[in-house]
Amino acid sequence: MPITVNRVSVPVVVDDEKCIADKGCRVCIEVCPLDVLRINPASGKAHMRYDECWYCLPCEKDCPTGAVTVNIPYLLR
Amino acid sequence: MDDSLQRIEYDLVVIGGGTAGPMAAVTAKLRNPALKVLLLEKADVHRSGAICMGMDGLNNAVIPGHATPEQYVREITVANDGIVEQSSLLAYAERSSGMIRQLDGWGVQFQKTGSGDYDVRKVHHLGEYVLPMPQGHNVKKILYRQLKRARVEIENRYQATRLLKDADGRIAGVFAVSTRTEQTLLIKTGAVILATGAAGRLGLPASGYLFGTYENPTNSGDGHAMAYHAGAELANLECFQINPLIKDYNGPACAYVTSPLGGYTANAHGQRFIRCDYWSGQMMLEFHHELEGGNGPVFLKLDHLAEDTIAEIERVLHTNERPSRGRFHERRGTDYREQMVEMHISEIGFCSGHSASGIWIDRHGRTTVPGLYAAGDAASVPHNYMLGAFVYGAICGESAIDDLAAGRAGTPDEDEIAAEFERANQALRVADGIPPGQMEYKIRRLVNDYLQPPKITRKMQIGLERFEEIREELPGLSAADPHERLRALEVHSILDCAEMAARASLYRQESRWGLYHLRVDHPQRDDDNWFAHSMLYKDAQGRMVSRKRPVEPYVIPIEERERDAYRRLRVEVGAAH
Repeated sequence: MPITVNRVSVPVVVDDEKCIADKGCRVCIEVCPLDVLRINPASGKAHMRYDECWYCLPCEKDCPTGAVTVNIPYLLR
Repeated sequence: MDDSLQRIEYDLVVIGGGTAGPMAAVTAKLRNPALKVLLLEKADVHRSGAICMGMDGLNNAVIPGHATPEQYVREITVANDGIVEQSSLLAYAERSSGMIRQLDGWGVQFQKTGSGDYDVRKVHHLGEYVLPMPQGHNVKKILYRQLKRARVEIENRYQATRLLKDADGRIAGVFAVSTRTEQTLLIKTGAVILATGAAGRLGLPASGYLFGTYENPTNSGDGHAMAYHAGAELANLECFQINPLIKDYNGPACAYVTSPLGGYTANAHGQRFIRCDYWSGQMMLEFHHELEGGNGPVFLKLDHLAEDTIAEIERVLHTNERPSRGRFHERRGTDYREQMVEMHISEIGFCSGHSASGIWIDRHGRTTVPGLYAAGDAASVPHNYMLGAFVYGAICGESAIDDLAAGRAGTPDEDEIAAEFERANQALRVADGIPPGQMEYKIRRLVNDYLQPPKITRKMQIGLERFEEIREELPGLSAADPHERLRALEVHSILDCAEMAARASLYRQESRWGLYHLRVDHPQRDDDNWFAHSMLYKDAQGRMVSRKRPVEPYVIPIEERERDAYRRLRVEVGAAH
């Protein structure tokens, strides 16, 4: 069967001004248990690529510049 | 097979770097530093497993002066309606206090009284076993330091998919896939310790969000599925894990933190309806009755407590284990001072940490397959919690090293390797197929529809038929990248666990463990026919079958008056306070 892509609102927000992924930082990507964060090729900054978040917060707590905010996923709010 | 299959060799492979896994790897390495030990982790050991954000306390500390191993074994025997391997419980209980001292020495901080004693609290029905860890958020950091000191080798972002055996049926290898590249891995080894955690992505949570599970969703039952396919027996899988949770949020209520401080579970009128907030099947049945009854739903009541007590509860609950719960409450406008917190029950899962189901192990951590060991939430020792995972991790590490000294496995079967290579890469080759998330949603929705207690025979049979249809569709799973391959292979595990949950539940034709195995058409406990472990396994023809295993004679006798303590949990009207 053919496949399409649905748009979804995702809980992890990265402040591009503070994110230093373009300088080589990978902390949030490495600590995420669900492995849902990646580098956004357009900006060189981290972003949430897969909507599979446990809102467990390692990405936010371990970020060296305070660039990451984890919201409660929309379905749970 | 092509260049994407890399072959390596270790003496011991530990699968899962959460709680039991690191302890197993460190213990093994310290016992024989000459051996090569690999810790394989699907995520990253810095922040993996059930305790990725730490833990707020020990729920089963057996500390001299507060509790004895014998008393603990009695309590857990009674809480499990008698179906326990007491020698395994006793092996845990006797090492519980030594493990606390070991962790204390590593820098884990436990709450102490002014005189320096451990500050143990009462939550269980009979004894005192709860020890708070106010600084418990740093447990993973401490474990990581020990892994480095012991020189354990670590491979992060690899998912183990199958265990391989030699011609004699002994564990001889692990097949694994990278979660970020197309690479696959064949690890030849003499022993494997499974520390893969709960099967927590089985039911669908009330929120409907696939990853809003009680358990860390990385714990998708891969270990249960691998053990099954390797021929190991799994025990009492029908004894589901079902926990009381905050409605819509996946955090526990949390009785172990709030109950010693005066919080309790209440109905809509703010009245207490259970005597004891310790999680047991009987407690969950009373919870379920109240939730669905005219006095429902159920709430966590803290609004009667003093300000400094509430502030302490907030500090512990909002910084440890599930630290996002504070922002969940804030968004809803819920303040513990003003309102009771609405509660609900979790989706079903397999987790011996809280219930009693898992890969069968004896008191040495050995499964029924030579060379295979299991510890923590994946293994069968009931109500084991975090401290049990540490203790059985250590026990497995010791047993594996000692058994390796006595003999080695041969070579894994090349046909099995080739078959697994095909299965592991299949989804990457399908362009127009079913995305993993969609198939997972369907399986887990069916789990809720057909397996969630109260269990009904015909519904579970229909569920099995639907699972069989989905099994035929597995080759049609489509993965766009290695990340989706990880999810696709997890779907295989989830489907295996769903079938195991249905077949194990159909096998035990009685009701037991309160809500965990409440069969509406077999409503009574039947000790004459079912006072036994149920063991599920793959037979020589590849069929999923079950058998009974007698409960070993008790080493700690249970007195008649204790036997039904957990069956008298309901507070009678007029007695509430």
